Amino acid sequence: MEPVYLTFVFVLAIFLGFELISKVPSTLHTPLMSGSNAISGITLIGAIASLKCDNLTFAAVLGTAAVAFATVNVVGGYMVTNRMLEMFKKKNKNEGGPR
Amino acid sequence: MNPLFINFIYIISAALFIFGLKMLSSPATARRGNLLSSLGMLIAIIITLMNAGLDYKWIFLGILIGSGIGAFVAIRVEMTSMPEMVALFNGFGGISSLLLAWAEYHQNRELSVFIAIVAFLSAFIGGVTFSGSMVAFGKLSGKITQKAVVFKGQHIINAVILSTALAAAGIFCITPASGFGYVLFALILLVALGFGVTSTIPIGGADMPVVISLLNSYSGIAACAAGFVISNNILIVAGALVGASGIILTNIMCKAMNRSLANVLFSGFGSTTAVQAGDGPQGEVRPASAEDVYYILEAADSVAFVPGYGLAVAQAQHAVKELGDLLEANDTEVSYAIHPVAGRMPGHMNVLLAEANVPYDQLVEMDDINPRMDSVDVCVVIGANDVVNPAALDNESSPIYGMPIIETHRAKTVIVLKRSMNPGFAGIQNALFFAENARMYFGDAKASIQALVAEFKND
Repeated sequence: MEPVYLTFVFVLAIFLGFELISKVPSTLHTPLMSGSNAISGITLIGAIASLKCDNLTFAAVLGTAAVAFATVNVVGGYMVTNRMLEMFKKKNKNEGGPR
Repeated sequence: MNPLFINFIYIISAALFIFGLKMLSSPATARRGNLLSSLGMLIAIIITLMNAGLDYKWIFLGILIGSGIGAFVAIRVEMTSMPEMVALFNGFGGISSLLLAWAEYHQNRELSVFIAIVAFLSAFIGGVTFSGSMVAFGKLSGKITQKAVVFKGQHIINAVILSTALAAAGIFCITPASGFGYVLFALILLVALGFGVTSTIPIGGADMPVVISLLNSYSGIAACAAGFVISNNILIVAGALVGASGIILTNIMCKAMNRSLANVLFSGFGSTTAVQAGDGPQGEVRPASAEDVYYILEAADSVAFVPGYGLAVAQAQHAVKELGDLLEANDTEVSYAIHPVAGRMPGHMNVLLAEANVPYDQLVEMDDINPRMDSVDVCVVIGANDVVNPAALDNESSPIYGMPIIETHRAKTVIVLKRSMNPGFAGIQNALFFAENARMYFGDAKASIQALVAEFKND
């Protein structure tokens, strides 16, 4: 039953993703990509959960590498997206205009 | 902590990711959306750390290294280098899914057929994403040639690689616990890494927006597959969102070039057509000096800048904004018309102009500017070529025929900033340069614009 249930979640999430992403304007496509990079760092969750105390050493090394790479994505992805989105501004309010 | 409770908390994280993406639908709310999404991630990480029996020394070692590198890159990267960075991060997402699947398999080899299949998918897609992204990174950062590298029998080699992988996967899924199964798994990893290289190397520089989008989608799908391996919903949901995002962007990019995905991936576009560069429209070019251009701009009521990859190369975004401000002070209506595939990744030009403080309400999409192009006094094309080539509309024999373009030739005057008369990526000459209403303003984009700024200031 488990595979069926997981696939069910997967299919719904794909449809939801299509709905959400198709509303993102092309202006924001680069932040969308870097932001979704950060979200794909979600493997961090799996990697953390895989690092159990009773692991074989080699599995622990693999898991640690997975944690490190995924963290680069999460931290780097969110930070750079924030940096970019900060730059998107509306026209400045002081309507006096430039001299 | 109770695993059931942990899974409930994951639902909150998933909801925050979804809200975050929803708020990306407008530049006004996008930043808060990103913060919400990162909050979701933080909650998920903290609750995962509360699992029983975790080996924290390894976890914190990994997190420490990862956050150090991630933060360093995020702070230091130039906006012009965003495509490289996104390519690199796509690759990291892929390799972490590969490593996760490998670690799980190494720890416990008794896999059911279903788990074996998803473990294979996670490792294979992860591997392709990683090596493909490294090639894309190399191309975008100029470490390897941006040209399409095509070699004889490319498709045959790819087909052989792919069928090897599938055959190995088939046997692996039946006997994952045996020693032979482990050898096959290792073989699959190697094949995946090789396939990433051979499938990305034949794709040329200007097709990179498609490739990055596609790899973005792969990295999500790999995370999804990893979620199936460890039966974790949050990985599946988040991976599926990223996968869907990548697919949509890929589709938009392909449409904006009027080419199928297969054509982008397999044709080696730009390497074969370059041969006939001498053909095509010929005629008299009307060069203009900084002073000429200044008088044209000075008299204009509306000006639309059309940026392309050349703007990024010349780092001219700040100079353009300065010129835009001077024009506005002169009561000229200024806008920036942006083609979906301008630059090296989706939305590349928008980010550069935002960096230079251009307000986002002045950034206009192709479909918005084209209907009112006839009323635009002056179009200033900066480092763009194929995306303004009228051959896409009227020349059926042209390789870019059918591609939607920004129809600058319909403006009253077009000023084209260009280094030389060299053709663009598609290797074809541009009839726009010989048009009656076009003036060529030769030189480095940044220096040329600065010269115009100086003209305005002297006045």
